[in-house]
Amino acid sequence: MTDTDTALQPKRKGLTRRQKRGLSRGVQYAVFAAAVIAFAVTADWGRLQNQFAQADIAKQMFPDVITLALKNTVLYTLSGFVVGLVLGMVIALMRLSSVGPYRWLAGVYIEIFRGLPALLIFIFVGVAVPLAFPGTEIPGGTYGKVALALGLVSAAYMAETIRAGIQAVPKGQMEAARSLGFSPAKAMVSIIIPQAFRIILPPLTNELVLLFKDSSLVLFLGVTLEERELSKFGRDLASTTANSTPILVAGLCYLLVTIPLSFVVRRMESKAQEAIR
Amino acid sequence: MSRPEIEVRGLHKSFGDNEVLRGIDLEIGQGEVVCVIGPSGSGKSTLLRCVNLLEEPTKGQVFVGGTEVTDPDVDIDAVRRRIGMVFQQFNLFPHLNVTENLTLPQRRVLGRDKETAARVAAENLARVGLSEKADAYPSSLSGGQQQRVAIARALAMGPEVMLFDEPTSALDPELVGDVLAVMRRLAREGMTMMVVTHEMTFAREVADRVVFMDGGVIVEDGSPDRVIGDPQHERTRHFLSRLLDPAMAEVEEETSDQVGKSEP
Repeated sequence: MTDTDTALQPKRKGLTRRQKRGLSRGVQYAVFAAAVIAFAVTADWGRLQNQFAQADIAKQMFPDVITLALKNTVLYTLSGFVVGLVLGMVIALMRLSSVGPYRWLAGVYIEIFRGLPALLIFIFVGVAVPLAFPGTEIPGGTYGKVALALGLVSAAYMAETIRAGIQAVPKGQMEAARSLGFSPAKAMVSIIIPQAFRIILPPLTNELVLLFKDSSLVLFLGVTLEERELSKFGRDLASTTANSTPILVAGLCYLLVTIPLSFVVRRMESKAQEAIR
Repeated sequence: MSRPEIEVRGLHKSFGDNEVLRGIDLEIGQGEVVCVIGPSGSGKSTLLRCVNLLEEPTKGQVFVGGTEVTDPDVDIDAVRRRIGMVFQQFNLFPHLNVTENLTLPQRRVLGRDKETAARVAAENLARVGLSEKADAYPSSLSGGQQQRVAIARALAMGPEVMLFDEPTSALDPELVGDVLAVMRRLAREGMTMMVVTHEMTFAREVADRVVFMDGGVIVEDGSPDRVIGDPQHERTRHFLSRLLDPAMAEVEEETSDQVGKSEP
């Protein structure tokens, strides 16, 4: 037995597997440590603090950064989300329609608006729409414009998400509903869509996070003082004080919302995983 | 027997080039229990699904309660209210609890008020012996319990006919009995039932008639004692012998899984 064992084992050359693994890990830690040290040594911390972390400038931003800027950011985001959700739902249903032209139109919409930078759509809504329809006002002033622009952008993504969610509901659900006498529309509304939304809640929340950040593009619409959101507010203050602390504070305000939201999404995803198991 | 409750005339159904039903004629009288048996792929489930138009027949007619289901102008939703259907995979609505599974269709489809719907739901849950699960969600129920809820959900709509599509095939063997007991009781109460099944004991004991299908046609149609007890056709005998004693089956060149293959 022992004879065959040694005969079968190839002669070891150089490092064993364990030694290789240890070495590889050691190199990775060393690179990481070197990068951190290099960053810490080469950065000019004094100037950085001077430019980005002036306590008195930061203090001066409150409470407006919350009561005005963050509030507006949240308002823009939510209104854009609602418009996007409604529009996205319509487009998703068009995409699943048995009527050809509806499907094509929805497909074209999705491809166009997924392919364009959000910034272009903001400019389009801010400039092109008033030019194209002179005399018409988008209701709600800046708020309406932002809701429309963000809604147009997010609807394309949400339509695809909603469509995937609807298709993820097992076929038997529609059959069961139809066999009970539900019309296709009623079955969609009371049976399929509620289940689809459970499936797509995590990606929809992710979309909310994306919109939250995209709301900074309001910058390009030209807004009044009262309509400023976090980015514009931070930038304005940064230029009047000639200091970048407001940018940092505005950034922290974004994270204040996006990090908990991402956390919620991860919780929902792991819960959904458990439900499958 | 007055006019048949279910009547199928010259029914054909193809999926692409695959002709699954090749001319089915069948009548089921009021209060009759008919079990449809046959090898998988013989078209028995497709036939059942054609009765409430979940599958659109390629050719032929289907009448339920005197109404032509296959008429392009028929209000199919209205017809389906009279036809209860139970699926192999239960298909309960997972986002609703047991009571809501029973009340939502009544309210949305029949327009019943909340109290009536709740009362009918409770009655039918009692009928299938699951009153204590009224607030449970489908995912917390066993397969047998889910299937009984599915039966109760169909019954709550007050159907005149019940279709069962292999209702016990997805169940663990020890859970089959509860579902069959509910169906047996339903049969005794005089419900018109069309049951696609592999449960020969049930067919023998409960059915008024057994229909054996193979290759998209009805091969034999008669009393259970005749079709199961004393089959006249070789194909039926072959199928039954394999079903009753699977261990005795020989390896074959042809599988009866495929439609249209003739037996050796």
